Amino acid sequence: MAYMDKKKEMNSRRRFLITATSIAGGIASAAVATPFVLSMMPSERAKAAGAPVEVDISKLEPGMLLLVEWRGKVVWILDRTPEMLANLKKLEEQLADPKSEKDQQPQYAQNETRSIKPEILVVEGVCTHLGCSPVYRKDIAPADLGADWLGGFFCPCHGSKFDLAGRVYKHVPAPTNLVVPPHMYLSDNLLLVGSDSKESA
Amino acid sequence: MSKRLDAMSNWIDARFPMTSTWKAHLTEYYAPKNFNFWYYFGSLAMLVLVNQLLTGIFLTMNYKPDASLAFASVEYIMRDVEFGWLIRYMHSTGASMFFVVVYLHMFRGMMYGSYRKPRELLWLIGMGIFFVLMMLAFTGYILPWGQMSYWGAQVIVSMIGAIPVIGQSLSNWILGDFMLSDAALNRFFAYHVVTLPVLLVTLVFVHIVALHEVGSNNPDGIEIKANKDPVTHIPVDGIPFHPYYTVKDIFGVVVFLIVFCGIIFFMPEMGGYFLEYNNFIPANTLQTPDHIAPVWYFTPYYSMLRAVTVNFLWVDAKIWGIVLMGGSVAIFALLPWLDRSPVKSIRYKGPYFKIALTLFVISVFVLGWLGTKSPTPLYTLLAQIFTVIYFAFFVLMPWYSKIDKTKTEPTRVKE
Repeated sequence: MAYMDKKKEMNSRRRFLITATSIAGGIASAAVATPFVLSMMPSERAKAAGAPVEVDISKLEPGMLLLVEWRGKVVWILDRTPEMLANLKKLEEQLADPKSEKDQQPQYAQNETRSIKPEILVVEGVCTHLGCSPVYRKDIAPADLGADWLGGFFCPCHGSKFDLAGRVYKHVPAPTNLVVPPHMYLSDNLLLVGSDSKESA
Repeated sequence: MSKRLDAMSNWIDARFPMTSTWKAHLTEYYAPKNFNFWYYFGSLAMLVLVNQLLTGIFLTMNYKPDASLAFASVEYIMRDVEFGWLIRYMHSTGASMFFVVVYLHMFRGMMYGSYRKPRELLWLIGMGIFFVLMMLAFTGYILPWGQMSYWGAQVIVSMIGAIPVIGQSLSNWILGDFMLSDAALNRFFAYHVVTLPVLLVTLVFVHIVALHEVGSNNPDGIEIKANKDPVTHIPVDGIPFHPYYTVKDIFGVVVFLIVFCGIIFFMPEMGGYFLEYNNFIPANTLQTPDHIAPVWYFTPYYSMLRAVTVNFLWVDAKIWGIVLMGGSVAIFALLPWLDRSPVKSIRYKGPYFKIALTLFVISVFVLGWLGTKSPTPLYTLLAQIFTVIYFAFFVLMPWYSKIDKTKTEPTRVKE
């Protein structure tokens, strides 16, 4: 009751002062919170750590997977055999985005093999579901992956499947194909991952 | 001597409500006289909380929250620090046992309708505690910076990145970097040892304040405050918490400690369920372990996360999985308003509720078991079926609890 009585006596002057104090206090709190919130953003050092990496692929053999670290992520470089490339076409019906229509690759990799050189696949080894790194399974028709498995990448976390061009299968948790990072060839056997123009490299 | 003591307590009481608080919350807090086995777990949760706070302080004395030092510092605690192994096993076993007692405590509430009016807010505060506890478990699991720490955190962090529009910036803000790295480990340590414990202790305090305001429920689900002695105004079915329930709870503590010590000394890893084998390998940012599963207390939710494999309503399966996982925890908060039964306790509820609760418990166990396994088409199908059962328990409750054939509640609690 006491509260209600007070409310009745509150005149417009007092109400104005309460509102003004609340607003000023609110602005001050937001201003004080700003440096604390911003201190949690990536630091200047973290921002500077994303430089492209050069990779020598002269020793890469057909069927072999090379792991490279770029911006703390795994980048796979796979030299695909002619059989592997031939198998890519057979899978199209089972894939969610066989033509790579979703924006998961630079334009120069939006083709049948998702690569600049047909046999060399450069792709981020990060599952587009929840960021695990899928396992390279080049074995044909293993017991655990079924008789129609023609080689690809299998994510042990949640069971997503990708073919040897990093294209995602239908009805798996991952929604999109693996990401092809920007990359370019500095010479025949020297690959630059993380940049596709000589100026920014 | 006792005159001296009286004088001293009088001196304090004139300056601080010592005796009155003692009375209000212990010697003159009247709890229903029919508490059973299921009422041990509230006080046991407090015991585990104290265990976590104490052992945690001592672990911080030797642990280093640095991605290049963390793993080795945990091994240092295990091998070189005097009794470091014991303190760490007390902490890691305590984490799992925290969930054991909290899950049993929640199940008690579900059986006896402890979430019903007037205890809705008490239940919601409890849900807040449950949420903070999960955050604590998650941030704590990252600290050793082993393979499971890293990849488990990677999965959770990717969920934040999946939020439409703001996801990526939010993820960068939370991690303090563009990927999971030292910056995240350092700040998760800060949350784990300062922010979250302070929140947890505050919420537990508020939980007890709310409990002592409305009074404890009991296995019969009837209000003992509705039947008070006309002269003393004490509930006729109530007994003072101290000494009756303090003594009962001490018995529970002894039994619990026997089990707790058994685990610490004979099977601290619990066959890979309390401490996962892959976490004895330092984090490798280039390789996910072949088999990845969360610690047992998160496996039911994890199963639901990966159960969704089809896109629906223009939204990716991935987002639905995350929504389902979050929903499976959040939906508990709606229980007070989903239950339309005229009675509170399972003792007087009809067959529909009993069947629903049984199916719910089965689905939690099956989902929990599936969460520890690698996904196969059969397991995914099973996870989908049991996810539906899990949610049906809540979503259909307004109907089945209403038409259920209930028994009449007694006016007094049963002996």
